Amino acid sequence: MVSDIGLIAVLLAFASGIYAIIAAVYGARNKRDDWAMSARNAALVIAPLLTLSALMIIYSNLTGNFRLEYTSHVSSRSTPTILKITALWGGQNGSLLFWSWLMSIFVAGVMLRKWDKNRDLMPYVIAVAEITQTFFLALVVLFANPFAKLWQTPAGDIVGAVFGASSLFTPLSSLGFSGIAQTLFAPLGSLPFTPADGQGLAPLLRHPGMVAHPPFLYLGFVGFTIPYSFAMAALITGKTNDDWIRTTRRWTLMAWLFLGIGLLLGARWAYDVLGWGGYWGWDAVENAALMPWISGTAFLHSVMIQEKRGMLKTWNMFLIILTFAQVILGTFITRTGIISSVHSFARSSIGVPFLTFTGVMLVGSIGLLLARLDDLKSENKLDSLLSREAAFIAQNGLFLIINLAVAIGTYFPIFSELLTSNKITVGAPYYQSVVGPLLVPLVLLMGVAPLISWRVASPQALTKSALYIPGPITAVALVIIFVLGIHNPMALLGLGLVIYAGVIIAVEYVRGVRARHKTTGESWPIALWTLVGRNRRRYGGYLVHVGIVLMGVGIVGTHFYQQETQQALAVGQSLSIGNYKVTFRQLELVPSGQADKNIISARVDVSENGKFLTTMRPYQEQYTNGERMTPPALLGSMKEDLYVLLGGWEADGSLATFKVFINPLVNWLWLGGLMFIFGTLVAAWPSAAEERRAVSVERRALSANAAR
Amino acid sequence: MQDARCKSQVTGHRSLDAWWAIALLVGVIASLLVIGVVAAQGGTVTDDQVNAIAKRLNCPVCENVPLDVCETQACVQWRDLIRQKLAAGEKPEQIINYFQTTYGDRVLQEPPRQGFTGLVWILPFVGLVAGMAILVVVLRRMTARPAPVQLETAPSESADEYRERLERELKELG
Amino acid sequence: MSEVALPSTKKTSRSIWRVIALLVVVGLVLALALQLRARNATQPTSGAAPDFILKVYSGYDGGSGKPEIRLADLRGQVVFVNFWASWCVPCRDEQPALEKVWRQYRDKGVVFVGVDYVDTEPAALKYLAEFGVSYPNGPDLGTKISPKYHIQGVPESFLVDRQGNIVLFKIAPINAAELVTALDHALAK
Repeated sequence: MVSDIGLIAVLLAFASGIYAIIAAVYGARNKRDDWAMSARNAALVIAPLLTLSALMIIYSNLTGNFRLEYTSHVSSRSTPTILKITALWGGQNGSLLFWSWLMSIFVAGVMLRKWDKNRDLMPYVIAVAEITQTFFLALVVLFANPFAKLWQTPAGDIVGAVFGASSLFTPLSSLGFSGIAQTLFAPLGSLPFTPADGQGLAPLLRHPGMVAHPPFLYLGFVGFTIPYSFAMAALITGKTNDDWIRTTRRWTLMAWLFLGIGLLLGARWAYDVLGWGGYWGWDAVENAALMPWISGTAFLHSVMIQEKRGMLKTWNMFLIILTFAQVILGTFITRTGIISSVHSFARSSIGVPFLTFTGVMLVGSIGLLLARLDDLKSENKLDSLLSREAAFIAQNGLFLIINLAVAIGTYFPIFSELLTSNKITVGAPYYQSVVGPLLVPLVLLMGVAPLISWRVASPQALTKSALYIPGPITAVALVIIFVLGIHNPMALLGLGLVIYAGVIIAVEYVRGVRARHKTTGESWPIALWTLVGRNRRRYGGYLVHVGIVLMGVGIVGTHFYQQETQQALAVGQSLSIGNYKVTFRQLELVPSGQADKNIISARVDVSENGKFLTTMRPYQEQYTNGERMTPPALLGSMKEDLYVLLGGWEADGSLATFKVFINPLVNWLWLGGLMFIFGTLVAAWPSAAEERRAVSVERRALSANAAR
Repeated sequence: MQDARCKSQVTGHRSLDAWWAIALLVGVIASLLVIGVVAAQGGTVTDDQVNAIAKRLNCPVCENVPLDVCETQACVQWRDLIRQKLAAGEKPEQIINYFQTTYGDRVLQEPPRQGFTGLVWILPFVGLVAGMAILVVVLRRMTARPAPVQLETAPSESADEYRERLERELKELG
Repeated sequence: MSEVALPSTKKTSRSIWRVIALLVVVGLVLALALQLRARNATQPTSGAAPDFILKVYSGYDGGSGKPEIRLADLRGQVVFVNFWASWCVPCRDEQPALEKVWRQYRDKGVVFVGVDYVDTEPAALKYLAEFGVSYPNGPDLGTKISPKYHIQGVPESFLVDRQGNIVLFKIAPINAAELVTALDHALAK
């Protein structure tokens, strides 16, 4: 079978990974450059091999090869072509292969770009990265193999196995390796089985949001392997200065950006498709992706302190270990379903190997960190508690406490069930009441931090810059908001804080542009362009904060002022919500183009303050397997979204139930998301001149500090 | 609307008429409230009232889905049960308690605050306090102590500092 | 506190950190491992049937007059335990057969016990009345019985022999012939 090419490629990649680990460690310990090069090549070759494997899965889907177990699970004759391709990550086995593939590309990129710059670190970087890569490939090969074919056992069951009937099946199973046995072999006497059609992707997974959301998440998760590998290499070799940080800075930023985009896409998809009126449910799997992003954000900020002042070295090591550990743990709880969640993968045998890897990784990393504590001593001390460094440290502390709060909520049901045999659920209300208050000091810090200078800040100067201009502007804005009808004190506090932070950033921009304009005579737009161009980290970072500010506005609006109502309407009857009136006109059956899908749509007229606005068509998709999807009909503006859902209906179309939400300011959230992406790209954009200058300034600063 | 009419009548003898207007307004609002309360008790139960309680519960069959969103038959039955209980005059807290005792703690969106599960509320708070304490200790340890020996090196320090500041500001200006 | 710390105090504090880190990691991995095992636990197909106390719906005490049924008290009889729910469509398929077989075997030392899984009482009573069910039935209060049998859904059925051991587990509706065969087999022992 053609897909066997993919199987062979995966097996070769697995072998190459194992070789790379051995060669890298040998080459590093014996200072043999040729072995190190060999390891590098072994790591490089995995990328094209896995590309071939992934393409073979896609080919199998496209040609409807239902003998392949994975294709029969995620594809069918009637699946649209685009979904046949994206079904590569539609199920457990394929998505593990997809993950491994993405990782191999990242590793290859690092091998090609960074090989010459960090020769002393590289062998161990390969070793650590390849341990992770080989682990995931081991999962793919032995526990969740997408190249398994379908067989019919003598008992009549249909099973999937890579190699078919074998006498090894029973002995392996009885020895306790039933997971591997069932993946690789089928019971003796099993015969090939080809179903007439596949099962097709679950209805929930057939939407465009599902196309983009997993790849970005995986890119984020996988991306963090690179700084982690460099950090471990730094610990192993004892080269714990900031070479590893500087080398991996852009990779970390990109991983963080991809993870952030993945989270935003997930939120947008939940909002647009799932139809429960919100965008973040604090579900265990959502939290699993959020937690590494939180510690990653703390890491991104605190490495700045290490770069500028040579401090917090131990803390930075701890943070990257924590971030990577949360990536692995998050993947573990998502794929094994041990915490109840709306996102569920089918039961599989990958749990035990995953847990083993997690344990080994944690013990190894922390052990290394503790062994090298002496090498991680700070080069400097804090000169003052009122300094940018102290502000960053406080911010880090807050991020970690938020991370801890989310972790407590996510993992607590496990401990409760183990210790008291009592199943509990920790839902959204918990997270909102615990995390919400913590955001207040965090946003405040985000606001004032740009004004606090490094090393020692003068209280008078700080008070002046923090209050003189931003104070009155924020106060005026708050008064306007109050007059417009926002009276909730918490909402006012939230909006006040984000506006305050936004004003300070705007002032920073104005000050910078004005200084340029005055000294160089450039026009304002050109001054802005060069200002940002020459200080991308700083002004790009400011833009990211602006993105957070905009998102904060959206979060405050939807959290404090969301309205909802549900009513059964007869034809011609209306419901009222806010200033809107929604009138039910007609129920319609819409052709869906897919054999197992029915679309029932309701035509409603919407008016605001008595004036007709538009016609909306909320609909439901009904699938023959009993599942239903209820995407909303949206009428959006920057002020709010009118979110209309079709609930139930009478068969004769005389009565229909509608659930309608008003989500104030929600589009500020998506706008903020775009700004967040834009700002990160600006901050990460390479600039040769800036890099040269930054390096030389830091070197001089460091040597000046060392002279003391 | 009542407001506008009252205001247009209130001219000239401002203060006394103003008091009457306010008293009238209060009276109208109060009576509306009374009517509203009476209507709620005797009238039909709205979907919104059911959802307000369902929101605080979880679907018993699907994992981690709030009851007001879920579409399965079990959830439809549960919402009907809430509707019946509301129509019988039960209070929201009574209904939530009923679901908790009948189906277990996992049907609640928020774990009970008593007993072992109360820990989930206490632990973050403990973490916050501990975190702040650690932060204080760490910041103090990290802060340079002003020592006499530093006076001698002060001149060279300030030159370096000045150079750093100059370079920083030059960078800012481009 | 000062920079000139004695080597031994530094070593002790480092050892403390090592121990703490080890405890946290081991604790976490252990908890996850135990939970993984619990999640992957499947329905029992042999061995002692987990004991339970079932508070019965009024009118469905099987004639005993007692408000609850305890599985251990039924030792010496063959017990058929059926997990069902009124909102479960496949349960309706097997219900007529269950009632028919019950009426055949009720005087032969066999007890049928219906455990109602996350159901509402009014809907449950309506369902039982619809099918004319006469064997003992009660709700799984607090959802405490179902986890003991690790059921994944409804309907699921277990046959417990006279010694209290599980001899049959059926996921999905059971048909009359299968049930009769199993009952005869258990009664013969």
